[in-house]
Amino acid sequence: MNRELRRVSLVVAVMFLALFVAATNLQVISSDSLSQDQRNVRTIYDGYQTQRGAILVDSQPIANSTPVSDGFHYNRKYSGDIYSSVTGFYSYFQGATGLEASANDYLSGKNSAQFFEQLNALFSGNPVSGASIELTIDPKVQKAAADALGNLTGAVVAIEPSTGNILAMVSTPGFNANQLAVHTGSKAQANYNNLLSAKGDPLINKAIGGSLYTPGSVFKLVVASAALESGKFTVSSLLPNPRTYTLPNTSTKIHNSGGSDCGGQSTVTLLNALRLSCNIPFAELGVLVGQDKIRAMANAYGFGKSFRIPTVATASVYPQNMDDAQTALSSFGQFDVRVTPLQIAMITAAIANGGKEMNPNLIENVQSSNLALLSQTQPSEFGTPISKATADGLKQMMIAAVKNGVSSNGQVTGTVVAGKTGTAQNGGSSPYTLWFTGFAPADNPRVAVAVMVADGGGMGQGGSGNILAAPIARKVIRAVLGQ
Amino acid sequence: MSNNVTERISKIVRVVPRNRNTELVLLLFAIGINALEVVQVQLSTMQKVNGDFWFYWGGLAGAAMLLHLVLRLRAPLADPMILPIATTLNGLGIAEIYRLDIAAIANHQTELFGEKQVIWTLVALLLAGIVVMFIPSHLVLRRYVFIAGAIGVGLLLAPMLPFIGKTINGASLWLSIGGLTFQPGELAKISLTIFFAGYLVQRRDSLAMTGRTVLGIQIPKARELGPILAIWVVSLLVLVVQHDLGTSLLFFGLFLVMIYTATGRAIYTVVGLGMFLTGALVASRAISYVSKRFDAWLNPFDDAHYNAIGGSYQLVQGLFGFAHGGLLGTGLGGGVPQLVPLAESDFIVASLAEELGLAGIFVIFALYILLVARGLRIGFNHNDDFSKLLATGLSFVIALQVFIVIGGVTRLVPLTGLTTPLLAAGGSSLVANWIIVGLLLRISDTNRKEAE
Repeated sequence: MNRELRRVSLVVAVMFLALFVAATNLQVISSDSLSQDQRNVRTIYDGYQTQRGAILVDSQPIANSTPVSDGFHYNRKYSGDIYSSVTGFYSYFQGATGLEASANDYLSGKNSAQFFEQLNALFSGNPVSGASIELTIDPKVQKAAADALGNLTGAVVAIEPSTGNILAMVSTPGFNANQLAVHTGSKAQANYNNLLSAKGDPLINKAIGGSLYTPGSVFKLVVASAALESGKFTVSSLLPNPRTYTLPNTSTKIHNSGGSDCGGQSTVTLLNALRLSCNIPFAELGVLVGQDKIRAMANAYGFGKSFRIPTVATASVYPQNMDDAQTALSSFGQFDVRVTPLQIAMITAAIANGGKEMNPNLIENVQSSNLALLSQTQPSEFGTPISKATADGLKQMMIAAVKNGVSSNGQVTGTVVAGKTGTAQNGGSSPYTLWFTGFAPADNPRVAVAVMVADGGGMGQGGSGNILAAPIARKVIRAVLGQ
Repeated sequence: MSNNVTERISKIVRVVPRNRNTELVLLLFAIGINALEVVQVQLSTMQKVNGDFWFYWGGLAGAAMLLHLVLRLRAPLADPMILPIATTLNGLGIAEIYRLDIAAIANHQTELFGEKQVIWTLVALLLAGIVVMFIPSHLVLRRYVFIAGAIGVGLLLAPMLPFIGKTINGASLWLSIGGLTFQPGELAKISLTIFFAGYLVQRRDSLAMTGRTVLGIQIPKARELGPILAIWVVSLLVLVVQHDLGTSLLFFGLFLVMIYTATGRAIYTVVGLGMFLTGALVASRAISYVSKRFDAWLNPFDDAHYNAIGGSYQLVQGLFGFAHGGLLGTGLGGGVPQLVPLAESDFIVASLAEELGLAGIFVIFALYILLVARGLRIGFNHNDDFSKLLATGLSFVIALQVFIVIGGVTRLVPLTGLTTPLLAAGGSSLVANWIIVGLLLRISDTNRKEAE
């Protein structure tokens, strides 16, 4: 019987081994992701025991904690609504969002970079103060973007193409995070409910998702990318240019925007189709290139991926299993194509950067409470979705679109802007979604910007990307160029 | 008789010093640690030590010392490690439950567990002492094998009875008599272990030898499968009617390990395990309560399961607690384990993981491993099959219960309603596990006597 007993002992050993592994997994390996779960209020409880790190823009705090005498030890203060989409909020009662949630490890002093401080704290009994994070945001650009959006509902994302650093990320309407950081539960709850029901969903960061938007003609950049990359098309390739186009295998007829004749010839070059943003040639082009190639292109740009900046962005969507009619519609950014402004800015940044797409990033560096540098973010490459030649072709077309095309309001005196507008329909009588994306200066890009104005900018179906979104981008570009 | 007494005295004089003195040193260490735990809880939550310390520390410490004296007198050769280990675990449990009580009072809750836990601890140690004092040898239990079996099955099925059976949180595991609730399944594991040991010793040969050989595997005769079928039916009945996968798994697992130990034939285990998994799988699809638990286990972070009543909220909060503890924990009194429902009973391990960290959890696991290993060692050392089987069964049932409970809390297996032996709040569990401790001590004493 002793042989069997030995085997039973072995079984017992295996059972306990499994428990050791499970506990190690929970307490060490997945500990970080579990503590970042928004439903985990422990993280917030902890946060009120120690001084939480500040969020800095140009060394000035946009969120910081100051000692108070009530039971909470510290009060979290925010500097203004224009940063609400960046910081998110940090509430004892409602959890945390934005960087307050995604960079919590640093802000709360729980990251591995502060291991020795934590070890020291274990013996000294003094809690570890949180680390501060310095952002890549340029306050002038952020302010210009927020001012330019004004009362409109929408978002602006500005990226430095060579590094992926986010210079501005604004979502309007913003909110006052101080209202949620209050230390009275009923007040925090009431303020939260107000924000939840407020017009324009201030709690949703429209720049990186929460909800996705119909891209309209800015998506033509992806279709044009796929066409140029396929090697079968150049910027001067000719496409048939009828006044109306019947979607394949249907009787539905489509027109160019505003009934435009797109140059009036029987054929049109790809360059002119993009410059004048004609839907019909792009519908044809989409069917010719095929949805598989377009999908591969979209995925190469980052569709289907949730980028972490480190706040998690919603993945943009290119539909699956379309028929030719749906492919044609999706080729000018309609049907079920849905994007975040961040994704559109990244596409533009990749074009600006000669085809190399950088990972978007908000955190420049992390400093401990005694100002020691804990980590410095290095620019990292997401991929090379398009070749240099394709990028040059797209740039040529985007310059033309701004210079003498339908994206003319993107022009900035003293510099060449490459850009593309979009005016997306949302079905029926719903207001349009208005877009502009572009980069400048064209020969040495310092910024790639995407502007999205939701709800038709208050003009229902009367506005267009060029009327409402392009002027906002122009102000952002000016701010970057120091004008 | 007088001859017997002098013989015993001579043995005490000769052997006691080593075994019992080792135990005394270990026990002082254990109750010393328990004292530090209660002090830490008080300092961390109230910034001072007050008189309650004597209650929450002294009750167990005193009772354990008394049990030690009983062992000196009545079982001088018993294993010296079992009592200190059980005391450490029980004391740790009391400290954590006391700590949760303090949090509950701060939240104006009235349901407290600490005092009850201390009182039940005293009752449990008293019963363990009675086992050691009044059962001269565990071999007398062989006379009551079938009575033990009947009592065991009765206890197991008792919660299904009308009027006294009680359903709490969807599982019918309780008896309720005059306002006192009791989990009879805890006691059933003792009487069923006795029954299995006795029964299998009798049937051992026919179970092991008979049957035809097919493809090199000996297939047992059909009628030998009868008892397995019976146990299987009872286990599934527990699952289907009482909705408790844990209890069902515990008894069937215990039975399989004991039949394997007795016969040395893996085929019983393989067939039995196959039967149980099939039954459990069917049940998990057919019974909504069980299938909910399964779904909550597989996708606990889905909002649908998280927000559902009886969904994964508790499990996920427990996981958050584990994660919050990290490597070193927040220290007793430093975390917020009260966020998890049933933090003092089903989820006490999550509470301890949060406050003691991975380091503390490893120590707790190590204590259980040591306890089980000592029990299995007792089995090894005995020469007669009944003692071997009994010691194996009693130790394995602790190991399996720890695995099912902590595995459930750490999401290794689906969550069930069992309690963590010796740690969790709950009278039935404490009483049952201390009786097991008493039995193991008793078996180990006779074991060493034989070795003389």
